[in-house]
Amino acid sequence: MTLTAERTHRPAAGHRGGGRGGGWQRRETLMLMLPALVPVLVFSVGPLLYGIFLAFTDARSGRNAVTSFVGLSNFGDLLADGDFWASFRIGLVWAVSVTVLQFLASLGLALLLNENLRFRSFARVLALVPWAMPPVVIGLMWRLVYHPNAGILNSVLQDAGLLDHNVDWLNDFSLALPAVIVVGIWTGMPQTTVVLLAGLQNVPKELHEAGHMDGASTFRRFWSITLPQLRPVIVTITSLDFVWNINQFGLVYVLTQGGPGGQTRLPMLFAYEEAFRYGFFGYAATLGVAFVIVVLALLSIYIGRQMREAN
Amino acid sequence: MRRPLQYLALVAYMVFLAFPLVWLLSTALKTSQEMASLTPTWIPRHPVLTNFADAFTEQDIVGSALRSLVVAVATSALTIVLALPAAYAMARYRSLVNRLAVGWVLVSQVFPFILIIIPLFMVLRSLDLVNTLPGLMIVHVTFVLPFALWMLQGYVRAVPRELEEAAAVDGAGRVRAIVRVVAPLLAPGVVATALFAFISSWNEFLFALVVLKDPGVATLPLTLVKFTGAEGVVRLGPLAAASLLATIPSLVFFAIIQRRLRSGLMAGAVKG
Repeated sequence: MTLTAERTHRPAAGHRGGGRGGGWQRRETLMLMLPALVPVLVFSVGPLLYGIFLAFTDARSGRNAVTSFVGLSNFGDLLADGDFWASFRIGLVWAVSVTVLQFLASLGLALLLNENLRFRSFARVLALVPWAMPPVVIGLMWRLVYHPNAGILNSVLQDAGLLDHNVDWLNDFSLALPAVIVVGIWTGMPQTTVVLLAGLQNVPKELHEAGHMDGASTFRRFWSITLPQLRPVIVTITSLDFVWNINQFGLVYVLTQGGPGGQTRLPMLFAYEEAFRYGFFGYAATLGVAFVIVVLALLSIYIGRQMREAN
Repeated sequence: MRRPLQYLALVAYMVFLAFPLVWLLSTALKTSQEMASLTPTWIPRHPVLTNFADAFTEQDIVGSALRSLVVAVATSALTIVLALPAAYAMARYRSLVNRLAVGWVLVSQVFPFILIIIPLFMVLRSLDLVNTLPGLMIVHVTFVLPFALWMLQGYVRAVPRELEEAAAVDGAGRVRAIVRVVAPLLAPGVVATALFAFISSWNEFLFALVVLKDPGVATLPLTLVKFTGAEGVVRLGPLAAASLLATIPSLVFFAIIQRRLRSGLMAGAVKG
């Protein structure tokens, strides 16, 4: 939802009316800002900086635990930790597949909603519902769908002759991750669809008309007019989706708690367990810092490449 | 030829989006005997509302719903009180804070929650606010604030400055001009922001999981997650009913503000 933040360069109209001096105005601005500034500084900027510091310590969860600076040794442990790498691999598979499939599904839906079809407004409303639901309810709902005995998925697939026995989707070693990925796609579709639809509506109609006159086919017009026009929107929303997905926690925690046998233990579930089950605050913070570096690196490669191709 | 294919695709999308919701509703209306049967059906054979009654009596659903309500209402009220003056200043005066606020909204997306939640937990522990509702409220306010600030300053900007100045010239005085002229025009935006804060807090799970360890103070999402125990399929009916009830406030409020949220998203993403 924070896409709005993209609009950074709107010049704020510097208003100096009524002959007031700059100093007076600065003090007034500060007074007005202070109530909002203090909580953000104390409860999120400060903790964030302290969290980065913790990554270089051996902090434990105990109230009176003695913390000492250990330099980069946590990072060394992390690189040698097989469980971390397993979790990291799962996280990448999850984030890339959800982001890509979500994008393709949402693009398809946005293209349909942009056409003059019947029931379009009903479909638009329906497409927004997952956005409003509590993530916990989404997780519980899909657990009902995937339930081995009482779930509808097994029943439907058996009626269609695609299955001959009940499958325990969320407890199967090879099926749990794909099953969770489907829920991830379902959950994130509204935001992506809304953004892509807005992008489509901003593609100038004249371009399409010109393409039509030149005899370009529908597909051809989509490929050489719509997609290039949409590129900035696509890059923005897929980057954000990727960041949101790789940092996902609640949905998967409710669905599988990371099981079976760690097959769906996303990196943030791993970090949560390290911190709040085993009490390794420092180590969990190290994972967080390592993650910021990896995500920023991946994003800059992706965005950089897209920008080069656009030019 | 294109139209039928398009409708086919649209129907496929609607089925994918709607079937889990339909299943949730269907489960909520089934008797426990029917839940235990080995052939689940879409439409309940004997639809009943007993699951909703059970949801109210079991597992402290009502208690945790009340706690969620207290936290969510306090979060939205406090968010508005803290954010409104700052939003006014952001919209009317050029300042460094504008850019910082925007920067912070973006930065807070990239940083994984674990980096903030561990130190935040330590801070709350030293203030003796772990396992308390005010503790959770503080966390929710902090994390709703940047986006609320951004929403609100957009609404302030939409109120023409000339109106405010004209009222001031007419001798109304600056504060009275703001109260009489700006406030009424701003009210819809304030309501939208407050509802947004309410939904964020009401739905929130992760911070609640860390801050509220004691089941006696659990909010609704925490209680729902603990609902499914070892008892198996018999309990799924009340769970589905409780889940549906928990969704209603968010869904209603979201319906009210979705146009504004959507236009906000579009303005940011498209005109970037």
